[in-house]
Amino acid sequence: MTARIGVVTFPGSLDDADALRAVKLSGAEPVPLWHASDDLAGVDAVVLPGGFSYGDYLRCGAIARFSPVMDEVIRRAGQGLPVLGICNGFQVLCEAHLLPGALIRNDRRTFVCRDQLLRVETRDTVWTCDFEDGQEIVIALKNGEGNYQADAETVARLEGENRVVFRYLDVNPNGSLHDIAGITNERGNVVGLMPHPEHNVELLTGASIDGLGFFSSVQRFLAALV
Amino acid sequence: MADTVTHAVQTPDIEQPWAELGLKADEYQRIREILGRRPTSCELAMYSVMWSEHCSYKSSKVHLAKFGALDKNTPRGPLLAGIGEQAGVVDVGNGLAVTFKIESHNHPSYVEPYQGAATGVGGIVRDILAMGARPIGVMDALRFGPLNAPDTARVMPGIVAGVGGYGNCLGLPNIGGEVVFDASYYGNPLVNALCVGVLKHEDLHLAFATGTGNKVVLYGAATGGDGIGGASILASETFEADGPAKRPAVQVGDPFMEKLLIECTLELFAAGVIVGIQDLGAAGISCATSELASSGEGGMHVDLDLVPLRDPTLAPEEILMSESQERMMAVVEPQHVERFEQICAKWDVLATVIGEVTDGDRLIIDWHGENVVDVDPATVAHEGPVYHRPLARPSWIDELNANSANALPRATEPDDLAATFLKVVTSPNQADKSWVTDQYDRYVRGNSVLAQPEDSGMLRLDEESGLGIALATDCNARFTLLNPYLGAQLALCEAYRNVACSGAVPVAITDCLNFGSPEDPDVMWQFSEAILGLVDGCTALGTPVTGGNVSFYNQTGGANILPTPVVGMLGVIDDVADRIGSGFVAVGDLVLLVGTTGEDLSGTAWADVMHGHLGGMPPVPDFDLERRLAQVLLASSQRHLLSSAHDLADGGLAQALVESCLRHDTSVALDLPEGDACVALFSETPGRVLVSLPGTALSAFRELCAQHGLPVTRLGEVTDTGYLEIHGRFALSLAEVRAYWESPIPTAMRH
Repeated sequence: MTARIGVVTFPGSLDDADALRAVKLSGAEPVPLWHASDDLAGVDAVVLPGGFSYGDYLRCGAIARFSPVMDEVIRRAGQGLPVLGICNGFQVLCEAHLLPGALIRNDRRTFVCRDQLLRVETRDTVWTCDFEDGQEIVIALKNGEGNYQADAETVARLEGENRVVFRYLDVNPNGSLHDIAGITNERGNVVGLMPHPEHNVELLTGASIDGLGFFSSVQRFLAALV
Repeated sequence: MADTVTHAVQTPDIEQPWAELGLKADEYQRIREILGRRPTSCELAMYSVMWSEHCSYKSSKVHLAKFGALDKNTPRGPLLAGIGEQAGVVDVGNGLAVTFKIESHNHPSYVEPYQGAATGVGGIVRDILAMGARPIGVMDALRFGPLNAPDTARVMPGIVAGVGGYGNCLGLPNIGGEVVFDASYYGNPLVNALCVGVLKHEDLHLAFATGTGNKVVLYGAATGGDGIGGASILASETFEADGPAKRPAVQVGDPFMEKLLIECTLELFAAGVIVGIQDLGAAGISCATSELASSGEGGMHVDLDLVPLRDPTLAPEEILMSESQERMMAVVEPQHVERFEQICAKWDVLATVIGEVTDGDRLIIDWHGENVVDVDPATVAHEGPVYHRPLARPSWIDELNANSANALPRATEPDDLAATFLKVVTSPNQADKSWVTDQYDRYVRGNSVLAQPEDSGMLRLDEESGLGIALATDCNARFTLLNPYLGAQLALCEAYRNVACSGAVPVAITDCLNFGSPEDPDVMWQFSEAILGLVDGCTALGTPVTGGNVSFYNQTGGANILPTPVVGMLGVIDDVADRIGSGFVAVGDLVLLVGTTGEDLSGTAWADVMHGHLGGMPPVPDFDLERRLAQVLLASSQRHLLSSAHDLADGGLAQALVESCLRHDTSVALDLPEGDACVALFSETPGRVLVSLPGTALSAFRELCAQHGLPVTRLGEVTDTGYLEIHGRFALSLAEVRAYWESPIPTAMRH
C-alpha cells in the first residue's frame, strides 16, 4: 500500500512544492494540506515545510503554530503520527512544544545557504530508520534563524536520551549548541531539522540524493506497522 | 479643500510648484495647453511624475526606439511580447513561454541599502507576475565602490541582505549575477535585479483596461506615505496646519505580502477573472490608472476615497503618487468581482473596487465627490516630452584610447609571473563571491540545475521533458568606458557565450542601461553608442532585445560612473540533463582552449590590478565566431562530449583555470601556448572557452571544432596533485590560491 504523506502549506510556505515532489519521487503519494483546515485528509505522515510562514513576524513559526491545521497535527502527533519539520517547520514544531528548545538568529548574523555535511546520530526515529547510525550525509542548508538553543538541562537530556538526530560536521553554520542540526521527541515520531532533505532528491538539482532516506525511512516504518 | 477641476478653471493664475516637482517651464506650459487650463494639484502631481526621466524615458526614448527596429524573431520563434510591455515574452516550446526583465534600483539602494535593494527585487517580480507568469527565479547584477573603502562596508552588506531577504522570503531561487567593485560606484552603487517567469501561451496577460462597466480593482497592501517625496510639496500647498509630515523617499518592502500577492494573482489568472492587470511601481496609482486607461478602449473613472489607506491623513496628491509596495491593479468584469474577492480573501489579500472603465476617453478621478483629475490618459502616460539631448564624442577619448595597456611592463621570470598570477586572481573583482551568494537561497522550487558560480544559471521548466532555460548577466564597464559601442557588444558577447557554455541556445536579451547624467553630452554619446552597439550586435547574433530599463544620473561626487550597460541573456535548453558545468570534474580529463588569443591587455583585470591602468582600445568582438562557438557548445552538450566548459572573460585564462580547478577541488597541469606568457594568461580576447573532456571524446570534439572553423589548443590535463602547474613556469598550491581567493570579501566585511 502506498503511503500518503501530507505537506502543509501555510501563508508564506516556500518549499511546500519541493516537499511534495520529494514525497512523490520517494514513491509515496503526496497530499497537499492547507493551514486553514483542520482536516488532515487521513494522511499517514505530515511534513511541515520550509519558508517564512506568516512572514515569520513576531517569531519564526510563532503564528503558524496557532493555525487550525496545527491543532490537529499536535493532537495526532501525540498519538504517534510521523511528523517532519523542515527549517521553518522545525521552528513551528518548537513553537508548538512538540520539540524542546528554540531557533534564534544565526551567530554570523546573515542568511546562509550551503551544501552541509551532517552526521545521522540515531536511526532510532521514524524519519531516519533507513539510514545507518553515524552515516554522513550532505543536505542543503538555508536559513537566517537556525541557531538551535535550549537550556543546559534540556540539551543534556537530548544528548542523554539519544534524541540529537543530526549534527553539523566540518562547519557549524549558525552557532547551534552542540552542533545540533536536528532533534526528535521522546517517541521518535516527530523530527525537526534545519537542513532541507527535500532539496536532495535528484542529482540534477542537489549535491546528493541523501534526502530520499528521510522519506524511505517513514515508508519503511509505516510498512512495518501494517 | 482639494484643488478641484472647477477650482482650477476659476483660478487660472495661481502659482504652482512645477519647478519643485522637477518640471521645466516649457513642460508646465505644455500641460496647460493639453488641458486648456491650469492643472489641478493632483494633475500636476501625475504629470510631473509620469513625465520624469524615470517614468517617461524622455532622454533615452529616441535612442531606445532603435531596439524596436530589431527583428522580432528569436532562434526559437517570434517574440510573444516585446518592448513596451511590462516584460518581454519568449516562446520556448512545449506550449510554454518565458518572460524576463532586468531593472535598476540604484539610487534608493545608496540611501537605504536594505530596503532599496529589497524593493528593487519586489518591483521586478511584480512586473513578471503582471504578464501572467509565475516568477521562478531572480538574479542580481551589483556594482560597489572599492571593496576596502569605508562606506562599502555599509552599502554592500545592506544591499546583499536586502536582495536576499526579499528574494529568499518569496521562495525564488537566486541563480546568478555579478559583483563588481570600482571607484566610480562609490557614491552610487548599482543594484540591477532580474526576474524570470514561466507561463503557458494562453495565459499571457497584457496591461489594458477595456470593456465599459468593467471594474477597476486595487489589491494587495494598503496605501501609505512611502516614496512620495515630491507630492508632499503639493500636499503642503493645499493642506496647512494639519498636513501630513514629511515623507520618506525610500519605500519599505514586505516580502510576505508579495508572496501572498503572487499566489493570489496566479489563482486569479487561473480562475479567468482578470481582463487586464498592471503592477504598481514607480508613480503608483498615477501610473497604473493612466497606463491601463490609455492602452485600452474607453476611459476610466476612479474614486480615490475608496483606496484603502495605512495613513488616513494622506492628501489625494499623495495617494496618487504613493509608491507603497506590494500592490496590483486589475480590470475585472462585474460578474467576476465576487469570485475575485473570494480568491483574495483566501490569501488574506485586501481587494477593493475603486472605479470602472467608462465609454469616454478621459481618466477622471474624484475626491470627496468632486473631480480632481480630468485628463486624456495618453497625455500622461505616453505623450510626455521627448528630448534630443546634445551628444558629443568626448574630447578625452582619443587620448584614452592611445594609452594602450599593451605597452605596460610585463612579468617574464617564473617567480614574477607566479606572483602576478596570484595577485590578479585574488584581487577583489576576481575573488570568490560566495560571501554574497551564500546569502541567497539557490535551491528553492527544486529546479535549479546550475547556479552561481557557474557561467550561467539554469532552471528546469518541465520535469517530464527536461526543457529548461539558462540566464547570464554581464558587463565589463571598463571596456565600455574605452569604447561604449564595442564595450556594449562585448557585454552582449560575454552573456551569449556564458549561456552557450552551459549547453543552452541563446535566444533574447533584456538590458539595464546604467549611465551618468544625460545632461552631459559625453554621457549621451556613451549611451547612444552603447545602444548602437547592442542593436548591431543583437542583429548579428539573432537575439532580439525584449525590454529593459534605463538608469541615468548615476554619479559619485559629480563624476559619472563607468558606463554600465548590463546585458541579461536568456537561453533555452531542450533537456537540462545535457547541461555543462564550469568546473573540472575528472582527473585525467584533457584541458583544451577553444579560440585564438590576441594581445588584448587594454581594459583587462591585469592592467587594473598590476598597473592601476585603464586605457587603450578594448578587443573587437567577432559575432560570427561567437555563433560558431555556440553551435559547437550546443552540439557538444547534446552529444555529451564535454566534462566542463568555462568562458574566458575578465582575468583571462588565469582566472578560468583557477575557477575551473576550485569548483570541484581538482588541479591542473598544462603548457602555455607559445609566445608571451602574460598575454597567454591575462589577455581578454573574447570568443574563447576553456573546456575539459575525456580522451575518448577528443577526436570527436576536434572534428566538431574543425567543421566550425574553430582553432583548438591542447593545454594539458586535470590532475590530483593539488597544484596548478604551468610547465616550465611555476606551480602554485591550490590550497594557497583558495585561501587567498576566498578571503578578500569576508575580510573586508568583518569590520
